[in-house]
Amino acid sequence: MNNAQESTVGLSEALLRRAAPSRAALEDLVVVPIFAVVVALVLGAAAMLATNVDLATVGRSYVALLNGSVGSVNAISETLTAAVPLTLAGLGIALGFRAGMFNIGAEGQLLIGGMAAVIAGFSFAGLPAIVHVPLVLLAGALAGGLYAAIAGWLRAATGAHEVISTIMLNLISYRLVDYLLRLDFIQREGRSDPISQSVLESAELPRLLIWLDPNLRLHAGVFLMIAAVIVINWLLFKTRLGFEFRASGENPDAARYAGMKAGLIIVLAMGLAGALAGLAGANQVSGVLGRASPGFSAGIGFDAIAVALLGRSHPWGVLLAGLLFGALEAGGRQMQVEAGVSIDLIGIIQALIIVFIAAPLLVRTLFPWGFRKAERAEREE
Amino acid sequence: MEIELRRITKRFGHFAAVKDVGLHIRPGEVLGLLGENGAGKSTLMNVLCGLYAPTSGEIVIDGRPVTFAGPGEAINAGIGMVHQHFMLIPVFTVAENVVLGVEPTGRIDHLDLARARGQVRKINDAYGLEVDPDALIETLPVGVQQRVEIIKVLFRSADLVIFDEPTAVLTPQEVVEFFEIVKSLRDSGKAIVFITHKLGEIRQIADRIAVLRRGEIVGQAEHPDAVSEAELAEMMVGRPVSFDVDKKPYQPGPPMLAVKNLTVLRGNDEIAVDNVSLIVHSAEIVGIAGVQGNGQSALVEALTGLTHVSGGSVTFNGQDITQASTRERHRLGFAHIPEDRQRTGLIPAFTIAENMVLDSYYDDRFSKGPNMLWDVVNTAAAHAVVDFDVRTSSVFDAVDTLSGGNQQKLIAAREMSRDTDLLIASQPTRGLDVGSIEYIHSRIAQARDEGDGVLIVSSELDEILALSDRILVMFKGRIVAEFDGATADKGTIGLAMAGRY
Amino acid sequence: MDKETTSSTANPESRKLDSAKVRQAHVSGWILLGLAVLAAVVFGAGSEGIATFRLSRPTDPWALPNLSIPAASTNYLIAALLAFLGVRQFLRGNVRWTSLSLGSGLLLAVIAFLVWATAGKGFSLTGMLQATVVGAVPIALGGLAGVLSERVAVVNIAIEGMLLAGAFTGALVGSLLGGVGGLVAAVTVGGLFGFILAALVVTYRADQIIAGVVINLFVLGVTSYVSSQVYSEYRFLNNAPVFAPIRIPVLADLPVIGPVLFQHNLFVYGAIIMVAMATYYLFHTRLGLRARAVGEHPRAADTLGINVYRTRYINVTMAGMVAGFGGAWLTLGSVGRFDENMTNGIGYIGLAAMIFGRWHPVGALMAALIFGFANSLQQKLALLNTPIPSEFLAMAPYIATIVLVAGVVGRARAPAADGQAYVKE
Repeated sequence: MNNAQESTVGLSEALLRRAAPSRAALEDLVVVPIFAVVVALVLGAAAMLATNVDLATVGRSYVALLNGSVGSVNAISETLTAAVPLTLAGLGIALGFRAGMFNIGAEGQLLIGGMAAVIAGFSFAGLPAIVHVPLVLLAGALAGGLYAAIAGWLRAATGAHEVISTIMLNLISYRLVDYLLRLDFIQREGRSDPISQSVLESAELPRLLIWLDPNLRLHAGVFLMIAAVIVINWLLFKTRLGFEFRASGENPDAARYAGMKAGLIIVLAMGLAGALAGLAGANQVSGVLGRASPGFSAGIGFDAIAVALLGRSHPWGVLLAGLLFGALEAGGRQMQVEAGVSIDLIGIIQALIIVFIAAPLLVRTLFPWGFRKAERAEREE
Repeated sequence: MEIELRRITKRFGHFAAVKDVGLHIRPGEVLGLLGENGAGKSTLMNVLCGLYAPTSGEIVIDGRPVTFAGPGEAINAGIGMVHQHFMLIPVFTVAENVVLGVEPTGRIDHLDLARARGQVRKINDAYGLEVDPDALIETLPVGVQQRVEIIKVLFRSADLVIFDEPTAVLTPQEVVEFFEIVKSLRDSGKAIVFITHKLGEIRQIADRIAVLRRGEIVGQAEHPDAVSEAELAEMMVGRPVSFDVDKKPYQPGPPMLAVKNLTVLRGNDEIAVDNVSLIVHSAEIVGIAGVQGNGQSALVEALTGLTHVSGGSVTFNGQDITQASTRERHRLGFAHIPEDRQRTGLIPAFTIAENMVLDSYYDDRFSKGPNMLWDVVNTAAAHAVVDFDVRTSSVFDAVDTLSGGNQQKLIAAREMSRDTDLLIASQPTRGLDVGSIEYIHSRIAQARDEGDGVLIVSSELDEILALSDRILVMFKGRIVAEFDGATADKGTIGLAMAGRY
Repeated sequence: MDKETTSSTANPESRKLDSAKVRQAHVSGWILLGLAVLAAVVFGAGSEGIATFRLSRPTDPWALPNLSIPAASTNYLIAALLAFLGVRQFLRGNVRWTSLSLGSGLLLAVIAFLVWATAGKGFSLTGMLQATVVGAVPIALGGLAGVLSERVAVVNIAIEGMLLAGAFTGALVGSLLGGVGGLVAAVTVGGLFGFILAALVVTYRADQIIAGVVINLFVLGVTSYVSSQVYSEYRFLNNAPVFAPIRIPVLADLPVIGPVLFQHNLFVYGAIIMVAMATYYLFHTRLGLRARAVGEHPRAADTLGINVYRTRYINVTMAGMVAGFGGAWLTLGSVGRFDENMTNGIGYIGLAAMIFGRWHPVGALMAALIFGFANSLQQKLALLNTPIPSEFLAMAPYIATIVLVAGVVGRARAPAADGQAYVKE
């Protein structure tokens, strides 16, 4: 190995050249997602027409969708605000995918993380914000991570499939939150319904754009989101731990044979994924909601699965997907107000996007003309 | 039934696995189809039994051209195949497996298992196969499972029976019994195709021989005695081959790996390795012979720290490593070529460079703090690729684009380009072409000549004989015999492999 | 025994090996002993007076008297029984009885709990059992849908969405065409989603879990959209008739058994009949044998001329139809109107019931009854005013499922090819 260094320099250089990504790979990465989004919007329009919405309104609603997502400062602020938790939780799920874990439990981890953050947020009166906010975020990440680590540990120690255990942990978390919200020290005073006290001002993520307009909700969580994308990208592709995650995700047996500690990796990956989901929960209570109530997760944990899939489990892809879903979310609200079309339509569009992403063969079958040229190009190569 | 294959070609993408093959198969005759791994034998037969549609060419049965839309139609036409990997459902009984697809039924689709059992017994009696129709497949030894496959084929009243590498999983004694069954099938008028890469076998059983190389028929012999083994080998590989491995005279060093009373349990508490003791010296190749499934895999997993040891001890250069992890053993100088390169040896979707550091990525050479030094890794991989003759255009190619032989060379490069003391190689050449086999063998011999201890586990007796200085035979989890590699006799080892030594 | 090396001797029989079965027996033993302590210390010492279980209503033709038992002494007796079962686990040779002991132990513990909760009060046992059966229906049908599709190796996370689709369609079409029409439509739409799942995973080779999740999201999206977009304006579209109970003559008048089993509407009987039919289909017919072969070893099935893809399509579509029927129960069988996300996780519990029932229709039904029991117990507990928060009882089935998949008490075995796509070459 040492003496080889000088002997075969010429050969090695050719070997170190990276081949350009193949046309087919590029198509799967770029063309399929674009098709997916376009087709989902078209089918969404069809759904509106089928439910007795006239053509003009359909047009108006899509204009409203666009306006509400990127049409104004407020719209962009709303889009980013909605994108933050989706991206954070989506990163967690993507990390799990890379490590070979299908984490359906982001919803539960988000709830548990959010509860921990809320408790940390209304306790500790008198702390300066510079300490309190990180503390709240840390509490959320830690609680979410530990909750997810249960599923990881079960998988590592007993082989219990994480899909089942995270589904069960989701269901458990709903009941747990119901229970916690009625506890004396958490429940807001004077209320009989399950709702928590509000987080203190020092525990709120600072609003970024109130100097422009006090109604703009964009908060410092957006920096958290970008930092998380960078960190996870570094972790997955530049570090030893990331190599271990990806190796056990692709082929756990080979990873074990190579001396990697499969159990530890699974628990760590699940824990990190849960921490990101918990962070998303903390972000919601400390940046947007200010308190916890039943179902404050609002399905973000499930949408995050879609975000991770659409982002191809790549951190930057997840960011783009999170922004897209955030835009749909924000635009959907505007659509409901301006065109009177229920925001639930967004759910249909999101699901359709994922159908096409998950089954690229389906897209190729439906739209062969979009790919024919590429196939010919490949044959000529 | 007479079958003729006319100019059959089968392409996968650009690659022609079978090119322009013509074959004649006659009743009452065993046609031996010889070829090394990857020559296209299985592809050709999968075309014949309806699993693949040929790209061009035709199949003619009794003068009439036929096409098969699926295996069902081939079965109806009287073609039956015993696959190399058995097509049995482990949780079903023998009778259920036999009738699957052609089930006897009563009213409202009711499965008539009583009738099925009776039919199995009838075939049992006719050919002397002795299989219990109510036994669960997963409880049966492989030799019996193979007989179930034969019953399956006979139950479908096949006139042509294809055996794909049927002896790979059998002891030499079971092979003898199996040949008797094949002969009785032939004598009852069936046409038989016997696919193998083993030269000795084909001359024993075949009435006629056809040799396949790189998808083409390169030679035929009307009688097995008309050709010598050396001639067949040359036809099969395309050049003269010698199966001897060049190595220095046997001069073992001090003991390196000492295993004492090792016991390993399987997940279901069955004993997989039973009180095994063995020693590997430095500059020595110890071969472990035995039919697959006699505890060799568990032994290797225990030695490499991959499975829990229930009793006994393992010492390496005087140090007790019974409880040491895989990583610790790796650091101490273990190299391990796992038995299944796709499942446990490599990560097919990863690049060559990534696979090259799969078990040494944590080393100071390749990482600094939490960060991987990918540039260093890539350069090192490029050198190893050259050094071990892995044919690839770039170290960034995914491993699943490589051929089996190149994949195995990649594993050898990973494990043997480090400074190691002990090499444990499990089935190091399974499924490889002769060129790759020769290459891997020479590297293993070279490691031993440089003073490494080597433990080879293989179910190919020829491989064990070619490489080993000492031979141990494993049967039902125990070491039942030991032979000197230079003087060992194939027949005696065969007896030991069947537990009759 | 060799004195030098205690860990090993020449004789394999006398060696003490680390054995999973023995470990399991011991774990179960500790669980049983723990339950015994619980029964004695909490349920025994904490109970006073008489626990009264009402078995019949006074108007019933053959009314049974109330069952009154002294709470404390009953629970001490149960504690003793549990302790006996627990200690037995540590004796040699009881390895075989582990599951049975643990099962009966858990049953005893539940009885002790009930006695403790009822001590000094009265409680309608029959009413609770009746609620158990009713609550078990959608879970059992969801579980059965899971069994049918996983037996051909298609993981079915989409049960939830199929149930929701059935509920929605039942309400919509039921409002327009009446109950029977609604039911037929619900089954059809359920089957349609089964077919879509099959198409996604078989033909378009999408990941099975992702495909399931997507169907759930899609159905949730569509049903929520329509109910907020359309139902708010056209209320008559969401006002379906509810199937009336059918009293089975004579049997319905039996005490306890009558109200629990024979005074229900079509859906309860339908569920039981479907479970019976599915059992016959899977384990006693030619097609069932083929279906299971496809789930265990699709390539083997393929080499024998069995069409793997078609088998998967048919079975997953049937699974969808069963789930559609189960979903219709939520609207046509109980409340007559659709609410957003009204399944609320029942599909996932059905999935748990399938695992609990070890991929067997009857097992899934039994598991559904256990989950239904826990559910109705939770509701009744609120009436009994026990110190245990009802949320924790509601969690019990989920925790039990986790314990089961973790294999603490013996692992269930899924079909060998479960979750894997089959690619024909």
